[in-house]
Amino acid sequence: MGRIHSFQSLGTVDGPGIRFVVFFQGCHLRCKCCHNPDTWAFSEGTEYTAEEILKRVLRFREYFGREGGITLSGGEPLLQAEFAHEIFTLCHQNGIHTCLDTSGSILTDAVKALLRETDRVLLDIKYTNDEQYRENVGCTLQAPLAFLDYLKQNNIPVTVRQVIIPTVNDTEENILELKKIISQYPNIDKTELLPFRKICQTKYDAMKIEFPFGHLPAGTKEKADALMKILEQ
Amino acid sequence: MEHTNWNGFVGGAWQNEINVRDFIQKNYTEYTGDDSFLAKATPRTKNLMDQLQKLFAVERKCGGVLDVDTTTASSLLNYGPGYIDKENEIIVGLQTNRPLKRGVNPFGGMRMAKQACEAYGYKLTDKVQNEFRYRTTHNDGVFRAYTSEMRAARKCHVITGLPDAYGRGRIIGDYRRVALYGVDRLIEEKQKDKANLANENFDVERIRLDEELFQQITFLGYLKEMAALYGYDISGPAGNAREAIQWTYFAYLGSIKEQNGAAMSLGRVSTFFDIYIERDLANGTLTEEGAQELMDDFVMKLRAARHLRTPEYNELFAGDPMWITEAIGGVGEDGRTLVTKNCFRMLNTLYTLCSSPEPNLTILWSKDLPENFKKFCAKVSADTDSIQYENDDIMRPIYGDDYAIACCVSAMKLGKQMQFFGARCNLAKLLLIAINGGYDTSSKMHIGPQMPVMDVEHLDYEEVMARYTTYIEWLCRLYVNTVNIIHFMHDKYAYEKVQMALHDTEVGRFMAFGIAGLSVVADSLSAIKFANVHPVKDENGFIVDFETTGSFPKYGNDDDRVDTIAKDMAHKFITELRKTPTYRGAEHTLSILTITSNVMYGKHTAATPDGRPAGAPFAPGANPMHNREENGALASLNSVAKLSYDDCRDGISNTFSITPDALGKTDEERINNLVAILDGYFAKKAHHINVNVLNRETLMKACEDPEAYPNLTIRVSGYAVNFNKLTKEQQKEVISRTFHESM
Repeated sequence: MGRIHSFQSLGTVDGPGIRFVVFFQGCHLRCKCCHNPDTWAFSEGTEYTAEEILKRVLRFREYFGREGGITLSGGEPLLQAEFAHEIFTLCHQNGIHTCLDTSGSILTDAVKALLRETDRVLLDIKYTNDEQYRENVGCTLQAPLAFLDYLKQNNIPVTVRQVIIPTVNDTEENILELKKIISQYPNIDKTELLPFRKICQTKYDAMKIEFPFGHLPAGTKEKADALMKILEQ
Repeated sequence: MEHTNWNGFVGGAWQNEINVRDFIQKNYTEYTGDDSFLAKATPRTKNLMDQLQKLFAVERKCGGVLDVDTTTASSLLNYGPGYIDKENEIIVGLQTNRPLKRGVNPFGGMRMAKQACEAYGYKLTDKVQNEFRYRTTHNDGVFRAYTSEMRAARKCHVITGLPDAYGRGRIIGDYRRVALYGVDRLIEEKQKDKANLANENFDVERIRLDEELFQQITFLGYLKEMAALYGYDISGPAGNAREAIQWTYFAYLGSIKEQNGAAMSLGRVSTFFDIYIERDLANGTLTEEGAQELMDDFVMKLRAARHLRTPEYNELFAGDPMWITEAIGGVGEDGRTLVTKNCFRMLNTLYTLCSSPEPNLTILWSKDLPENFKKFCAKVSADTDSIQYENDDIMRPIYGDDYAIACCVSAMKLGKQMQFFGARCNLAKLLLIAINGGYDTSSKMHIGPQMPVMDVEHLDYEEVMARYTTYIEWLCRLYVNTVNIIHFMHDKYAYEKVQMALHDTEVGRFMAFGIAGLSVVADSLSAIKFANVHPVKDENGFIVDFETTGSFPKYGNDDDRVDTIAKDMAHKFITELRKTPTYRGAEHTLSILTITSNVMYGKHTAATPDGRPAGAPFAPGANPMHNREENGALASLNSVAKLSYDDCRDGISNTFSITPDALGKTDEERINNLVAILDGYFAKKAHHINVNVLNRETLMKACEDPEAYPNLTIRVSGYAVNFNKLTKEQQKEVISRTFHESM
């Protein structure tokens, strides 16, 4: 049994190809740029068994083609690692590609077991210095890096993602720092820089809580593309 | 039989009998490559298209109609030749003597012809009115036979859009026959058929067919004369690609001069033309650029085709559509795909000439189509929002590999099958009439079996279904009989002489019925079954609203509990329709398609138990209701895919709008993802999908500043429209629809 926030049957931006995305309920971090604050509380969401999730995924396998599959996102799926492991094991038994979208801030034995059934990790490296991590995320930079080390040892392909937030991390220095990190991990075969978006403001409003980065302007695609060029140089 | 114009073709059965399919199968060259061979528009093409664009702009400024010839009833020989730019056209022929000037066609009905003229500030001349004074039109005939109950059903909008005041359309002549055989051979074959009839007993069927053959032969003669006005002799087979396209176009042109049917579809010509183009390319008389020019010129002619309609008609079928549907691609019975280079050229016209709703380009999708072609289609969809997709893998086993699509989603074997178009009925209104015991609160009319208004605190599913069944039985019988009258009269007074001459003499017939409001009914019945629905009565004791408490599954979320209700409803309806015999023994079929009439249907329907307020639009076609999705786009597609094509052989229309961002980050990802969506949806045995890849903001801007977006095309239910040609109300409805957006 696990707690699920919602499902998105057509995920096209969370992993290769068409993805059936399962949003887990519950997160221990409080990223100031978070666009899913409705997934934070552990008490909410709906309980499902792994078999029920599999049944849902199977309804969409015709759309997966050569690349697509399931993506677990959230919330933080690592907080329900055993449940996630159960889902991925069932998916693999049915030949479905598995993708894990995570902050990479937890590395327990249960998480390691989960990673054995994970075909790709979408890992957020939200900032490149520890101070910003502690201030704007609620964990250390060391946490995702340790996670990356483990992925490297086990040869698990990784897509690194960073949200480019105006005035916070949209600098060349940050990108060069990110580049340095990436260069140490040959298993990172893709990097995506995503413009900071604010359409989640309505969710914060509905929950009657403050959107910590709500005062910042939205990022632009042009800026993200320009930084991407620097990263690729 | 031999002909010098057939030199270089592989011979076969097609030489000795009228058999275009055999000719295609023996001679076409499958193409599995990509789009890199395509040529761009030539300066000649650009110049001609500019002239046409200017005429379109003037037409828009004139309120949608550039000019009307009020002095002549439209037919094959009643106008002199017309040109856009005579010196520079390579395919010629217009409906009247000037581009975009509309003819008047009173054969279907005089009243509609008169009203249409008046709506645009013209007056139909006394000359034309006098010519028809002692003639019976199709419309006259129908209203002589309609019962008072049929009139009432029409008036309260429980059955609407019936083709009882103009041409019925939805018939596709096999226009290719004229190119392959020439008109003389076709006349010869029809004369043989007529002579063979002489040995049979002269019963009603036999006499009718005999007279029809006489009319077909006469009009084939007129077709030759019409071509002669333009300086062409089409008595023999076409000798090269240009002639093949020209001959085929003349056949189509003759048909739209004669008939003003709602949907005047083209068929499946791209791969047929490819055979002639390949022959010319091989013998060095044509270049790739020249081949594209031929297709461009042909398509320009199709884009200039017009019929004169009333504003009421536009409310149902917005955007001045002709449904010049061209079916492209598909797979042959031998496993080779029917994709040729000319399929690419046809799609390429959306780039060489800009995007456009016409012709209504329809991809016959199969899992086995070449990967390159799939990707090109997806790219064209993402760039132009101008094409639709239908499932060849479920149609081919039924219709073979030489079928085409009439209108939006109606499949038929070319030259071998035709359909009697029966518009559609309003299933949601019927549910309310049933609950109210035979009273329509929207039109305030009593109709159908009369019984007490349901008098309960909460509606009970079984009780409602029992009642609903009674009213479905009543309506289906009435509906079939109404459509029978329409087609008896159309055959009698407005028979399609050119189009039927381009069919086999023994033709298979469908009678196509339709339902609107399926998703409203599914959700309403789901609310009654799974939640609490309290009926609210007005001062006269009729139920006019509902208070629904509790949650209930909604169609569009891949939830079998409600999707099954929708599926079973379609099955129930076609099963009931089949109990009443049809005119000429036609096979009953059913579509779930609304065109843009979902707005009008909603307007005439009171509040429904699913929470839809009175007057609010229905979802188009088989689409789930707007903004009721909880699990994203594919769940919605899965719900629609559950509707059975066996129950709905006249098609199941679904319109899918997605923002570019939600489809992927890069162009390449978007194309690959769209291909994956189409492959998945059709693997689920779904029938049809319209694809729009655009942002809601674009539509909002176009709504405010139409002149800045003169060619903005969007797919609606089963066809495409120029967005600017929709009424404000329809534009609003399109904008309010579910757009699948990224999270």
